[in-house]
Amino acid sequence: MSTAPNLLYSDVENDLRASVRDLLTDSCEPSALLARVESTEPYDAKLWRTLGAELGLAGLHVPEELGGQGASARETALVLEELGRSVAPVPYLGSAVLATTALLGADTAAEPVAELLRRLASGETTGALAVPLSAVPGAAFPSSVTAAGDGTLRGTVSTVADASAADVLVVPATGPDGPALYTVDTTAAGVTVDEAVPLDLTRRIADVTFTDAPAQRLAGSARDALDRALLTGAGLLASEQLGVAQWCLDETVAYVRGRYQFGRPVGSFQALKHRIADVWLELVAARAAARYAADALAADSDDTGVAVAVAQSYCAPVAVHAAEECVQLHGGIGMTWEHPAHLYLKRAKADEIALGTPGRHRDVLGGLVDLPA
Amino acid sequence: MSESTVDAEGLRARVRDLLAEHDPATTGRLEFLRARFDAGLAWVHYPAGLGGLNAPRELQGVVDAELAAAGAPDNNPRRIGIGLGMAAPTILRFGSEENKKRFLRPLWTGEEVWCQLFSEPGAGSDLAALATRAVRDGDDWVVTGQKVWTSSAHTARWAILVTRTDPDVPKHKGMTYFVCDMTAPGVEVRPLRQITGEAEFNEVFLTDVRIPDAHRLGEVGEGWQVAQTTLMNERVAIGGNAIPREGGMVGKVAATWREHPELRTPELRDRLLRLWAEAEAFRLAGTRLRQQLAVGQPGPEGSGMKLAFARLSQALSGLEVELLGEQGLRYDDWTLRRPELVDFTGREAGYRYLRAKGNSIEGGTSEILRNIIAERVLGLPSEPRVDKDVAWKDLPR
Ligand SMILES: Cc1cc2nc3c(=O)[nH]c(=O)nc-3n(C[C@H](O)[C@H](O)[C@H](O)COP(=O)(O)OP(=O)(O)OC[C@H]3O[C@@H](n4cnc5c(N)ncnc54)[C@H](O)[C@@H]3O)c2cc1C
Repeated sequence: MSTAPNLLYSDVENDLRASVRDLLTDSCEPSALLARVESTEPYDAKLWRTLGAELGLAGLHVPEELGGQGASARETALVLEELGRSVAPVPYLGSAVLATTALLGADTAAEPVAELLRRLASGETTGALAVPLSAVPGAAFPSSVTAAGDGTLRGTVSTVADASAADVLVVPATGPDGPALYTVDTTAAGVTVDEAVPLDLTRRIADVTFTDAPAQRLAGSARDALDRALLTGAGLLASEQLGVAQWCLDETVAYVRGRYQFGRPVGSFQALKHRIADVWLELVAARAAARYAADALAADSDDTGVAVAVAQSYCAPVAVHAAEECVQLHGGIGMTWEHPAHLYLKRAKADEIALGTPGRHRDVLGGLVDLPA
Repeated sequence: MSESTVDAEGLRARVRDLLAEHDPATTGRLEFLRARFDAGLAWVHYPAGLGGLNAPRELQGVVDAELAAAGAPDNNPRRIGIGLGMAAPTILRFGSEENKKRFLRPLWTGEEVWCQLFSEPGAGSDLAALATRAVRDGDDWVVTGQKVWTSSAHTARWAILVTRTDPDVPKHKGMTYFVCDMTAPGVEVRPLRQITGEAEFNEVFLTDVRIPDAHRLGEVGEGWQVAQTTLMNERVAIGGNAIPREGGMVGKVAATWREHPELRTPELRDRLLRLWAEAEAFRLAGTRLRQQLAVGQPGPEGSGMKLAFARLSQALSGLEVELLGEQGLRYDDWTLRRPELVDFTGREAGYRYLRAKGNSIEGGTSEILRNIIAERVLGLPSEPRVDKDVAWKDLPR
């Protein structure tokens, strides 16, 4: 690490936040969201187009020469924070974070890689990384898909995030020459994408099957590219968790101030105040941990592994706790389908499993900071 | 305060001048500390003439680092924490020029230790309920009452003291704040043994103690406002310092873990790592808070740092005793001692565990801090109050 980490939000980042939040306030309002999650179009294609293509957020941390904005993981984290705050149904994590980062880790001098990156960065094409959403950074290279000598893929990958919204899949597979990343169009022959019934209604998962599906092999080190994508995803997911938790806290505070029982606002009861104060305190630390992970990823710091493991193991339970308290402190309303709290609870709980559970990250952390088993 | 023109380079130059004139290798400790104070390098954000240079507070680190590198003695801040963290900012804000000149220099050099005479048997969290009476008599006040839990009263030369001067008005209005001479006739200090075996705090009995009006801080009846300044600074002092990764209690447990492979179990490891990650997240939160302060955007996060510190110290020290197994059954020493300074991470695991229990009581309990966060940061309504508009003397007790 050369420079001290900057854990604040810069002016540029605050401006970015304001524009994303404005857009989401207008176009991702809870009642419409509830209607959408049970419709045939669970993703909001229009919102995704505005965010990804028009605001240029699909290629935020892609270098300008590859068609992106040339920003960093810090800005991408900020977008995730806002998307988490409104559990926006857009394939940002799958496309702009996971698939895009995997491609950035491949050989970007090779034209197929660069060409696909340009399409993803412009928002015209949506991608997904064909690994289970629960994949852990640093784990063994996945073995469920194999590539034949002719470049076709065979195998299945379950619970792939955002696959049902994707035009193209980035697939880690093992071929005759060892592990590599491949790209496959979701409309190609031999590819089936079966959307599963997800716990998290605002981020879809799908089981993907390849039956001799025609694929293109990408140049570059597949292991490093995949690790980097998963590590980046895990580190930035902490910001999404922060956004989820922040919404839950804000909503809970607003509710208990206005809800009267026993002749006074329930928020004046100390039993509730103390619980809410604890959630607030957890958010203070979660914000610092999430910012640190984003900053370490942006700077490619030597401390990135620790930063990500701390952020994931700390922030994931914080989001779950905030969402569970939100449901409980709303009473009966919190249990209804009509109130959006459950969308946040479902996101928080799914995020706890996504890209490594807190326990897995703690185990990794122990290895990194010399606390061996 | 006049506009500061001192920057980091200017401070380094002043440190060089100080070191040139007072070589730490040949200068006595106290002489050096006094010279450092007079050079404005004690606390650079204080006014010139009072140990500072009106410089930005963040630049203190530059001075401390340069002096430490030169092998200069420090003022052993842990021994005089109450003076530095609480008495000094209160004197600076509310003291007369004469008081500032008289008290701040020996306070900073450690020649005079300070203690805090706030809590009483009937007034802890509810400090404003205090009963120690001060009655005006000519140019003096005559003070009678009992204080309790007074840390370092046995080493203190001076105290900051809150008293009741008007029992007929609601409790927050009738208080007055003083500097009390701990050597004055009528001041009696008795050790109060605590769960660690030692007596770090005391009972202090005040019987017709005469305090000159010149030692009053703030107006008569405004002791509550003055005390707020003290308490805000106390919480900053307890939760707010920059620490390296694995600084503090977490480093102790981590070291024990590394030294004792035979004690490890998967379950203990997961709990240790949970706390390690939490400690690191709050360490980063402290860094973030200081970065916010440095750009002039202080956040409310500060109110939470002491709460987090107490929680973590207790959980970590508790884990360490458990981890130690058989060794955790032993205690180093129960002898009643009256320590000169408190070190939360000192001695052995059993001591650390017991001492950490005080972290959620001293300086505002964790329950009171949660109230403050809920009401002042999150804007939640307060509990119905029965004591606001009642004269102090009519309160139920
Ligand atoms: C190691 C140590 C050193 C100390 N040093 C000093 C010192 O140097 N000088 C000094 O003046 N004091 C000192 N204190 C005293 C300390 O400030 C008080 O103990 C503290 O403020 C609590 O007051 P109390 O002991 O009267 O407890 P109480 O206020 O009686 O509290 C009892 C319990 O009730 C809870 N409680 C009280 N009010 C509320 C409320 N409104 N809502 C919810 N819960 C509540 C408390 O959290 C606590 O759990 C020290 C204490 C310790 C432990």
